[in-house]
Amino acid sequence: MSCQPLQASNMEQLLEGIWKQNPVFVMALGMCPTLAVTVSAFNALGMGLATTFVLICSCTLISMLRRFIPREVRIATYIVIIATFVTLVDYIIQAVSLALYEALGAFIQLIVVNCIILGRAEAHAANNPPLSALVNALGMGIGFTIGLFALGSVREVLGAGKLFGISLFGEHFQPWVVMVLPPGGFFVLGLWLLFFAWLAKRKEAQHGA
Amino acid sequence: MEHETLGQIFIITVLSSNFVLAMFLGLCPFLGVSGKLETAVPMGIATSFVMLVASLCSYALNQLLTHFDLEFLRLIAYIAVIASAVQLVEMVMKKFSPALFRALGIFLPLITTNCAVLGVALFQTARDYDLAQSAAFSLGGGVGFSLALILMAGVRERLNLSNLPGVMHGTALSLMLAGLLSLAFMGFGGIGVAR
Repeated sequence: MSCQPLQASNMEQLLEGIWKQNPVFVMALGMCPTLAVTVSAFNALGMGLATTFVLICSCTLISMLRRFIPREVRIATYIVIIATFVTLVDYIIQAVSLALYEALGAFIQLIVVNCIILGRAEAHAANNPPLSALVNALGMGIGFTIGLFALGSVREVLGAGKLFGISLFGEHFQPWVVMVLPPGGFFVLGLWLLFFAWLAKRKEAQHGA
Repeated sequence: MEHETLGQIFIITVLSSNFVLAMFLGLCPFLGVSGKLETAVPMGIATSFVMLVASLCSYALNQLLTHFDLEFLRLIAYIAVIASAVQLVEMVMKKFSPALFRALGIFLPLITTNCAVLGVALFQTARDYDLAQSAAFSLGGGVGFSLALILMAGVRERLNLSNLPGVMHGTALSLMLAGLLSLAFMGFGGIGVAR
């Protein structure tokens, strides 16, 4: 009987990470990997899944240990826990897909300093039971992956005329190369943020009218 | 790239492979602190110093870890070194320049989670730089970071005075600006790009 409201709140939490508090588009967290690896949809998905894995594992573990971690050294403890899982992911990717490992390079290890993970650990996992922490982390991870994918697919389609390496427009397409270069990352993310700001503004105006 | 001289590494890291605008490292402070010139300058200097210290320490540490075949501990060790370096800078600054310490406030401890600092350590390991090359690389990274931060702060101070459409305010605008700056820095690509 008490299960029903719990599930509802879990669903809500899951959706919060995916949509309402999307880490990429709404909170603008974890920008460095977001921009650096999203030159293709495949890289973006790989990075998103790796980050999601680290996020879920470290948040669940931190939530389980939350009563044993002294407040004074909590940040250091979180970072060591996160770094452990990142090392794990680093080796897993190396074993599963060497191409992806070479494409992502040092940015896999830089997941450690992704503010989303430390932010979730500090803001949510430290004060909530493991199940809730897991759901919250899962939502955030999916939201982050969607954000990366939105960025990566747009950049790949515009910059190379491909999606997942499959050519879309035939031979005569002139690729818009700047989109896969660093400035393109800034522009595309800026445009996505602009789009969401515009949506929010329009919604506000509709409610006001 | 064995033939790179120290000067080349430095210049390339400052301009054509700028940490912020070409390699996307340290974007959080770049977007967060670049509102005003007064905070951008000390932040750039403090970050550069931490980068240099972290780079030298992690070079020594990497030698040690490789010697004992403990490479899988590299990431954890680097993070610990950076956290202690930041703590050290904080203590030194508090002792010798309390005014600057107060001005930087929360941004000092946040340098720990600046990916540019960890990035220096990781990239110099990945590229097999020796001690002098690592020092040049981290100095270049620090100068490049400060340069980008200061340029951005200058542009944003000007933009505060101009008339903009309402939706443009905030992060979207900063990202567009960063894109333009990044485009400008790509013009230095002819110098050569780090691999």
